[in-house]
Amino acid sequence: MPPAPLDDSRFPGLRRRGFLAAAGGVAGLGALALAGCGGPGGSGAAAGGGRPRRGGTLRAAFAGGGASETLDPHRTNLFADAARAKALFDKLADYGNDLSAQPRLAASWEPDDGLSRWRVKLRKATFHDGKPVTAADVLYSYRRIADPKEGFRAKASLEPIDLKASRAVDDRTVEFVLKRPTAEFPNVMAAFGAYIVPEGAREFDKKPVGSGPFRFVSFKPGRSTVVERYDDHWDGAPYLDRLEFVVANEESARVNSLLGGQVEYAHELTPTTARAHEGKGQIEIVRLRNSAMQAFAMKTDRAPFDDERVREAFFLIADRKELVEGALSGAGEIGNDLFGKGYEYYADGLPQRTQDLDKARHLLKKAGADGLKVTLDTSDVAAGFTEAASIFRDQAAKAGVHVKVRTGSKDTYWADTLDSGTLASYRSGAMPIESHISQRLLTDSTTNATQWHHKDFDALYQQAQSTKDKKERAAVYERMQRRLYAEGGFLVWGFADWILGTARNVRGVTHQAPANTLHWARFDKVWLA
Amino acid sequence: MTAVGAPEAARALKGARGTGLRSWVVRRLLLGAGQTVAVVLLVFALTEALPGDAAVALAGDQPDPARIAAIREALHLDRPAHERLAAWAGGLLHGDLGTSLTSGRPVVTYLANGVGPTVLLAALTVALLVPVSVGLGVLAARHEGRFADRLVSSVTLGVYAVPEFAFGVLLVTVFALRLGWLPPTAVGYGSDLLAHPEALVLPVLVLLARPVCSLARLVRAGMIDALASPYAAQARRYGIAGARIRYLHALPNAVAPAAQQLARTIDWLLCGVIVVEALFVIPGLGTVLMNAVAERDVPVIQGLAVVFGLTAVVLNLAADLVARRFAPRAGVAA
Repeated sequence: MPPAPLDDSRFPGLRRRGFLAAAGGVAGLGALALAGCGGPGGSGAAAGGGRPRRGGTLRAAFAGGGASETLDPHRTNLFADAARAKALFDKLADYGNDLSAQPRLAASWEPDDGLSRWRVKLRKATFHDGKPVTAADVLYSYRRIADPKEGFRAKASLEPIDLKASRAVDDRTVEFVLKRPTAEFPNVMAAFGAYIVPEGAREFDKKPVGSGPFRFVSFKPGRSTVVERYDDHWDGAPYLDRLEFVVANEESARVNSLLGGQVEYAHELTPTTARAHEGKGQIEIVRLRNSAMQAFAMKTDRAPFDDERVREAFFLIADRKELVEGALSGAGEIGNDLFGKGYEYYADGLPQRTQDLDKARHLLKKAGADGLKVTLDTSDVAAGFTEAASIFRDQAAKAGVHVKVRTGSKDTYWADTLDSGTLASYRSGAMPIESHISQRLLTDSTTNATQWHHKDFDALYQQAQSTKDKKERAAVYERMQRRLYAEGGFLVWGFADWILGTARNVRGVTHQAPANTLHWARFDKVWLA
Repeated sequence: MTAVGAPEAARALKGARGTGLRSWVVRRLLLGAGQTVAVVLLVFALTEALPGDAAVALAGDQPDPARIAAIREALHLDRPAHERLAAWAGGLLHGDLGTSLTSGRPVVTYLANGVGPTVLLAALTVALLVPVSVGLGVLAARHEGRFADRLVSSVTLGVYAVPEFAFGVLLVTVFALRLGWLPPTAVGYGSDLLAHPEALVLPVLVLLARPVCSLARLVRAGMIDALASPYAAQARRYGIAGARIRYLHALPNAVAPAAQQLARTIDWLLCGVIVVEALFVIPGLGTVLMNAVAERDVPVIQGLAVVFGLTAVVLNLAADLVARRFAPRAGVAA
């Protein structure tokens, strides 16, 4: 290792430990992560390393939203939006490599004993116009996101906060009043799109002012966004002078422009591209493990999946290795019917499920489902979906189940399959296990694709949220995951790598960060050698 | 030019210049306006028939029903279709194309931003297309049945069979990635493509490939017919030079069908050339259209439909005028 730059993408452990000391008696946030996950704390930087060098412009190609792109950080919807918002703005917290909340603009947080009042201390940070980031800005931003007239994406995540009762204690302290005990409140502050903007900010396309590591230079929707180093950033100024986001929707265009030296960073490449260029020396291929859960969602409230024996039979039908090899071209790892492999609180003690067609047939027979016919909804909406569907159809045929694959429109797929159908291809980006549960597995969850409605399961979630002790809370999460493993509706067969490519002179790109986490698409710690 | 030779053509042309022409143009324009309105209504009906709307598309993989309802209300999508159509058509009469559902920006800015690159590509392509395809067609016709003809005919047939996407990938692989002569994409250049002419070479080549083939073959066929016609034979009997017969007498007749094909080609170029724009990251109208459809951004789709509809009408009118002028006997129907 070279002389250490004070770079927390390399030493997240240090920062985390430092934070724990500061936060004193807080419910040991991150402690389990420190103990349990050696992985994310390790060497975070890209191959090569070397001493960080200041200067240069990095051009990054993303699939984008075309001419309707906006710089409004609360409207982030796509990866390109998230990467741009991250350059220009900060959140109070963000997800570490194991999806635990890491402090950003919030220097520390402390709950009361009931876990329903959280005091958040802001660090000393300034917006690009020189004004300090204050509690008023935080409250304004959250109230804007929660505006009932708008459809901001983070609104659902902020739902636990009673924003009317929350207040600014002083300039740099916010007291959040919650509607109920929420042990995992830091996840709320780290939610996708929960960025802090200056009080009163409404217009973002002309000259957005944030507190992020880069300040605004120019923006042409659907084409290019240029930002430059903000020297007074609280986390240290970026190494790059400038950063340009360009939009290239076609994967071949992204990889070609990278190969041709027109960009230095290309987001979202296919496994085929990765195989063609990995280790050839022309470009670097970065695989972000555990980025996307790949699953089939069974609707547990209707036939045939309202019978848990049928669900278990389906768990046993899947040959996960074949699915990962075939549908993901081997770029991923097998799943165990649980979300969040490698994340904080993941129940990794459960035995790995493997294909067992005899047992599957037996279970189906017991459930009176011989010669079962099921329609599997799928679509081109995500890589590998249609391939996985046809592989699974063939696997199911061996167990005597007739699966009919139905391909739907990719523009409306998620809304179409939320309530209708019985079996559907499913995918999810990285989020904490707690968020996965609260958004998808509670009776009143807004996107409950498996129609998993169990009062006792809801009660366990509430119990976890009101348990201050981290170990006890982890035990509750494990109970919930055991239940999902045994009879849940998600057949999680794999976790896809998120693949990106960089030019050979790009250093400091984190390899361990799942897509959507703090160190993913983070350019303030990247330099050009 | 009509003073020398070709008495038949000259006589027919005089007739076309009379009052019949003006009423014919007026009829064509009225028809065109009707066609444009029909296109717009059809596009509106079709986008209504698409499953989902902008709210669903925006919600993406977070299809929270409450959020979708909120977006729908914010975008006024909860109003009935005929009200939205009426509001939009009312704006159109004042020259207002409306605002995008997803970004809230005026549709006009979408068109203004996208039109530059697309028109530049189309103009360059047409500028090269006409001389190249006419040249090839005449060349093949002159050497009918001999080696040059067979070469031109088989190459044009072969290239025509290659889809644009495959052809583009092939060109990029060879000329940009292997040889490194040209940039593989126009990424980051935005609409300032003229400042980077090297980035235009491959896209224009891909755009040229297929129209050159079809036009050259049309010109060749027309030329062979014209050269075999009685008036060409008559001109030859008068002892007029071969080149003169070819270019002044036969070519105009050969060009008439080609002009109409050319109009359709320009139409096709303007209506996106989506493949080329996507492959080379050129932010033109094709890209705008593709994104707008994916986002169910109806006002933008409608705005593009109006522009494309008008373009098609005007171009076809011009092509028919050209055809009437060059080959009046073809009796182009209104």
